[in-house]
Amino acid sequence: MRTKKKLIAWTLGSAAVVGAVGVLSARLSPALAAGGTRPMAGPFTLADGVFYAVAALTVGGAAAVALSRNILYSALGLLAALLGVAGLYVFLSADFVAVAQVFIYIGGVLVLILFAVMLTNRIGEVNISNASLGWASGGILSALMLGLILVVAFEIPWAVRSTGGSPTTAPIGHALLQQWLLPFELASLILLATLIGAIIIARKEIRAE
Amino acid sequence: MIPTLSHYLAVAAILFALGLFTVLTRRNAVAVLMGVELMLNASNVNLVAFNKFLVGGLTGQTFALFVVVLAAAEAAVGLAIVLSIFHTFKTIDVRAADLMRE
Repeated sequence: MRTKKKLIAWTLGSAAVVGAVGVLSARLSPALAAGGTRPMAGPFTLADGVFYAVAALTVGGAAAVALSRNILYSALGLLAALLGVAGLYVFLSADFVAVAQVFIYIGGVLVLILFAVMLTNRIGEVNISNASLGWASGGILSALMLGLILVVAFEIPWAVRSTGGSPTTAPIGHALLQQWLLPFELASLILLATLIGAIIIARKEIRAE
Repeated sequence: MIPTLSHYLAVAAILFALGLFTVLTRRNAVAVLMGVELMLNASNVNLVAFNKFLVGGLTGQTFALFVVVLAAAEAAVGLAIVLSIFHTFKTIDVRAADLMRE
């Protein structure tokens, strides 16, 4: 009975969260939708097929992260998802962001995660058992959130402007050193603090007896 | 169908929901961090897509770059904390780590 009560509480809580976000987005949507038109359906070209393949790679990788019981397979799924997101950036003509995604996420973050997986998981211990309640409550909140965002994405007639794709590396460099110089320097400071903090937290303490 | 803004938003929405699901259901701290990475990526896709289809310019892409930098910093510190928790408690079950010392 306790699990049932918990489930009801989760459902109500999720509905409250999603309702609040929904009301907010409904307030915002008229301002966003000024002068928008519904997109036209065109012929299916090869580029569209590649887009759907990349999107499927992204979603499939994310599904592997969320649903795989083995943490190592989750890490490999994360690899697929990050690669797919990089492909989406290429489709959005954001070349520098795509390359930065591959360098930083796949070259850095994913390797860190793999190290953490192998340092903290005893081999052969595939014990990520979830109680069914965890799946149910997490699934309810995620599904409601997904439905809400999908409604916003497809129902609002976005005022789309066509912007051409051009190389972005040089303009981003200029923007970083002119318009965004202070955040850029702050980011370097944060990275330095992170470096020192991570070393201090993760090192083994040697006590002087 | 030519991929429009809504398609990118839909992919990002699915990515975000799966990341949220991962964070909510996993008990392995590393897996929780993976879910956070998924959600950050979803928000980044949204930033770049809105930048391309609605705003133009480079502001959204620059913001996405800063998000990537902060996500890398978050992953480094988070995984250091996970390693420290593992040294202390010999497990990385997020329910077991309820003390800040041994």
